[in-house]
Amino acid sequence: MKFSINHPILYVMVSVLILVVLAQSVYFLVRAYRRALQIGMDKSRLKKTITSAALFTIAPAISILVGVVALAKSLGLPLPWLRLSIIGSLSYETIAAGSTLNELGLEMGAGISSASAFVTVAWVMTLGIVIGLVLTPLLSKKIQGGMKKLENMDKKWSEIFSNAMFLGMISAFLGYVFWDFASVFSGKISALIPALVMLSSAVLMLICGLLTKVLKARWITDYALPISLVGGMAMAIPITNWLG
Amino acid sequence: MKKEMTYLDSVHRDGKIWGFTLLALILAFPLAISIIFKAVPEWGAFGRAILSVLPMYWAVGIIEIFTYIPMLGAGGSYLSFVTGNISNLKLPCALDAMEKADVKANSEEGEIISTIAIAVSSIVTTLIVAIGVILMMVSNLGAVLESEILKPAFDQLLPALFGGLAVVFVSKNWKMSIIPMVVMLALFIFTPLTSGEVGIMAPVGVIITLISSRIMYKKGML
Repeated sequence: MKFSINHPILYVMVSVLILVVLAQSVYFLVRAYRRALQIGMDKSRLKKTITSAALFTIAPAISILVGVVALAKSLGLPLPWLRLSIIGSLSYETIAAGSTLNELGLEMGAGISSASAFVTVAWVMTLGIVIGLVLTPLLSKKIQGGMKKLENMDKKWSEIFSNAMFLGMISAFLGYVFWDFASVFSGKISALIPALVMLSSAVLMLICGLLTKVLKARWITDYALPISLVGGMAMAIPITNWLG
Repeated sequence: MKKEMTYLDSVHRDGKIWGFTLLALILAFPLAISIIFKAVPEWGAFGRAILSVLPMYWAVGIIEIFTYIPMLGAGGSYLSFVTGNISNLKLPCALDAMEKADVKANSEEGEIISTIAIAVSSIVTTLIVAIGVILMMVSNLGAVLESEILKPAFDQLLPALFGGLAVVFVSKNWKMSIIPMVVMLALFIFTPLTSGEVGIMAPVGVIITLISSRIMYKKGML
């Protein structure tokens, strides 16, 4: 069979894999929802969780799609579609694909024409990210058991422990936003853009919090994160035009 | 007497079945390409590329498992490690949902809320990307998504996400946040670290926060 990066058979294989992944999500969703009703959890809370999660996901999902577009130039549509729908994230996949293309002596951005180069890239991208999928089934029960033990030993510390993990991650992303900040002093004011976007998003979140209190409207809290995310992204456009 | 299986046990059982099935399918994909198109990988390039990307990915992957699973819960983890985009999508989504519902990840209610949020997020992502791919085949959606007007918005997704999120979580734990935030700011501003290293720095931030919180807790400051 003559190879092409957009060969119909690739689309078929990718669609099948993605359907299985979709089935897994639906399966766990239905099971969790049923269990929630069984133990008497509030139905309206579950509905709010669903709508809020769905709304929050739209903008990041579109940005994943932008990643597919970027990688599609060299790899065609099916492979990036698969890699970014299952496990992959744009930064990982770009590096994995980029270094393999480099080793193959090919340019990033030019379409691959040989099947053996394509399969080389596909193997490197797959093996690079597969570790989580191997270890999660093997370790997650043990890790959760460890957390339970910690909780039984010292409940307050176990709460601090879980908060600390997420705060640690937030602080890394805060650092990331300021990674190029030093170059502001050498006159590159565009390095301020990420910081200003982050600030806009934080201010929007504060406004949502205030409105919730003033208007006594709890529903605003449920949509505060999607609002500050999309609002921050929208603000990025004028901020970039201004400083970029 | 046979012990009755709890909900959590059944999640672990099903998670393993789904996880290993998907693992097999994902590995079958490049294998199938080889068979269908009668193509073998170029081993030299394959070996060199694997050596350059694998050690770092796997190291980060292993650390991610230990940091994310306690935060995501069992069902959430099984889904997240299949559908990916954890730090920039699944984890914030789950934590926000648990925060709103006022439940903790290690309780059964938390487990359920986290699973629901991550499942919905995975389904919505998969659908949007699939619809997008179909539209790209028949229209010039690709060009629209890459347009210069929209580009800044997508470039700034992470700052826009973590700004709002930081307000929620830092304001609740401000004492614990100060040390890691100062250390991370200093590391990123005054060393040659670039934006690409945030994936590696996240676990470093976690370890710093755990140590500083432990010390503060022992001294009775929290």
